[in-house]
Amino acid sequence: MKLLIANGYIVDPAQGINTGRDLLIEAGRVLGVLERGEERPGGVEILDATGLIVAPGFIDLHTHLREPGAEYKETIASGAAAAVAGGWTSVCAMPNTDPVNDSPAVTRFVIEQAQRAQLANVFPIGSLTKGCGGKELSEMGEMKNAGIVAVSDDGHPVPTAGMMRRAMEYARGFGLTVVDHCQDLSLTAGGVMHEGRWSLILGLRGMPAAAEDVHVIRDCVLARLTGASVHIAHVSTSGALDAVRRAKEMGLPVTCEVAPHHWTLTDDALAEYDTNTKMSPPLRSQNHVTALLEGLRDGTIDAIATDHAPHHADEKNLEFDQAPFGITGLETAVGLAFDLVNQGIIDLEQLVRLCSTNPARIFGLKDRGSLAENAHADVTILDPACEWIFDAATSKSKSRNTPFHGRSMMGAAVATIVGGRVVYLNPNYTRITDAKQRQASA
Amino acid sequence: MNFTRKHLLGIRELEAGEITHLLDTAETFRDISRREIKKVPALRGRTVINLFFESSTRTRTSFEIAAKRLSADAVNISVSTSSVSKGETLLDTARNLEAMAPDCIVVRHSMAGAPQHLARMGNAPIVNAGDGSHEHPTQALLDALTIREHKSRIEGLKVAIIGDVLHSRVARSNIHLLTKLGATVSVAGPGTLVPLEFGELVEQGLRVEKTIEDAIEGADVVMILRIQRERQDAAFFPSMREYAVHFGLKPKHLERAAPDAIVMHPGPINRGIEMASEIADGGRSLILDQVTNGVAVRMAVLYLLAGGGHAELDEKGH
Repeated sequence: MKLLIANGYIVDPAQGINTGRDLLIEAGRVLGVLERGEERPGGVEILDATGLIVAPGFIDLHTHLREPGAEYKETIASGAAAAVAGGWTSVCAMPNTDPVNDSPAVTRFVIEQAQRAQLANVFPIGSLTKGCGGKELSEMGEMKNAGIVAVSDDGHPVPTAGMMRRAMEYARGFGLTVVDHCQDLSLTAGGVMHEGRWSLILGLRGMPAAAEDVHVIRDCVLARLTGASVHIAHVSTSGALDAVRRAKEMGLPVTCEVAPHHWTLTDDALAEYDTNTKMSPPLRSQNHVTALLEGLRDGTIDAIATDHAPHHADEKNLEFDQAPFGITGLETAVGLAFDLVNQGIIDLEQLVRLCSTNPARIFGLKDRGSLAENAHADVTILDPACEWIFDAATSKSKSRNTPFHGRSMMGAAVATIVGGRVVYLNPNYTRITDAKQRQASA
Repeated sequence: MNFTRKHLLGIRELEAGEITHLLDTAETFRDISRREIKKVPALRGRTVINLFFESSTRTRTSFEIAAKRLSADAVNISVSTSSVSKGETLLDTARNLEAMAPDCIVVRHSMAGAPQHLARMGNAPIVNAGDGSHEHPTQALLDALTIREHKSRIEGLKVAIIGDVLHSRVARSNIHLLTKLGATVSVAGPGTLVPLEFGELVEQGLRVEKTIEDAIEGADVVMILRIQRERQDAAFFPSMREYAVHFGLKPKHLERAAPDAIVMHPGPINRGIEMASEIADGGRSLILDQVTNGVAVRMAVLYLLAGGGHAELDEKGH
């Protein structure tokens, strides 16, 4: 059965399409884009996307699904459900599970669990070093054969430049992008928030922006030394962004992502010691937020990634120092990204680049990030005019650790199609599928 | 002006008028401790729990005596933070205590924000008796009461705060209080313990000085901070000897202060390190006055928070 997403407005930067077209899908692949007025093939199921944006499926480069090991926080199935509810057709699962994804067995397990869930595509990221321990290289080649799309020790920054050099050189041989959580641990020991005026006021140990800066600069230098593709995870400081900008000017294969909370909130959000404002890298001060917005505007930032990091309420309901780092993000990211569009910082086309086109390119995800003929039929349907309020209680994630509960948003992903199947439909948008019935009764 | 807050979590969120009201109330309670019968029935039938997750002699005793002089039943609980981290959470501990219907819980904790956590999640009025490096509001109030007693004002005074500012909740609470009431504050100490950004703690009235001599120049009040070894996870200075030589308060420093300058320390003192013994025991030192005023301030705070606050003082046995 063919599926026609009709009457929508297709935004696909990879093909340079930004206009009203219909999208025809069959057997999990894109058959083609039809001009308005072009004769529609018979025997198709129709989704009515009138007034909506039809974009290539959004790809989250940075997700923690917690399975295996911490299924009480999230499972691959619950995380995938949250992903598609937030408009993400694909998520890249970080390896810091228990056991760590440092072997093909774990990689295959993650892929199998995702296939059972039948919601989002889940692309595992393998660890750089065994157990994310920063000492021995992990079996990147074997994991690549099993299905990993990148390598990272996210959350456990590789402390020594020597080890990182080896990891980059080795990953380069397999065409795997090295993703690094950049934090000089010797500068952040004991730190629980951004170091600055607010850490002094609150008496909490700070993590200086410099800890991120020196690590990003190190990685850029090592990218030049090794020729490896390096992707800087969740950039949060002006200095880190400057380093990436310089690396790009030098033609180095360096890319970066930003997480929505880092451009949306500042460190004064911690004033009441709410542990749902505790994450790493931490919420920064306004000057860093301003720099991130500039990086989004000028294109230095390649991707928007959620850093979805679910934690159980019991773990977050502790003293600030004791609570774990991280917040959920899959269901709020697109709404927060629309803030950027609504404020005129980026246009809709750039939003699609940041959430789909570029992520697919950075991890080399074949036939994704575009609605070109024969691409995977992963589609995110957006309504820029959708006004909504995020209610954490309705989240599909198993966890509720978000600072965005109750936040008003303007713009949402209202339907998510993965491999040609509608896996999420906002309950207020049944008109999209009503067309199906009309078609059937006609 | 009345004090209508449910909790006393810090000085930062208080208005100048609220601080003055607390100090005025404390002044009326000071006399009680000078009487032969040091007890009034103001909080008779009320229960105050002193929940201390960090060792303390002075502050815990001070709160206990304050509660008892107001006729409240005071219960002291000392918990080591490490045993809590193995088992019951802070919140569960507090909820169990709340189930016994206390009228006020006084909390000391090694982690900043712990009293705020309890205030947000629980029901009982919370008094912060010191949380990590964040605030120690009753210490700042007793310091202010002591300054007011000897200088008859706070506005316009110059106060120098010397030492481990970075880890000091006493410094933070004092800076908030003193600048709100119109004093100017200079801080100084080793570069590792006095970050340059510290000047941004408050909008105005605070200066970070390079040397302790600069900070003390012309000061009406010199406050010396304790070296908080327990909050320093690494060496912030090379040795106690070096600290004593370069950052310890010595008589020569006081020559730069105002002629009638007073010297304060929140205790306990590391004699010969932060401060020469001859100063600690000398005529300018108000260290023991601070302790005495601590009881009056804590009586005022408990009185205002634990249920006595809405009645007139005169009805309470004055």
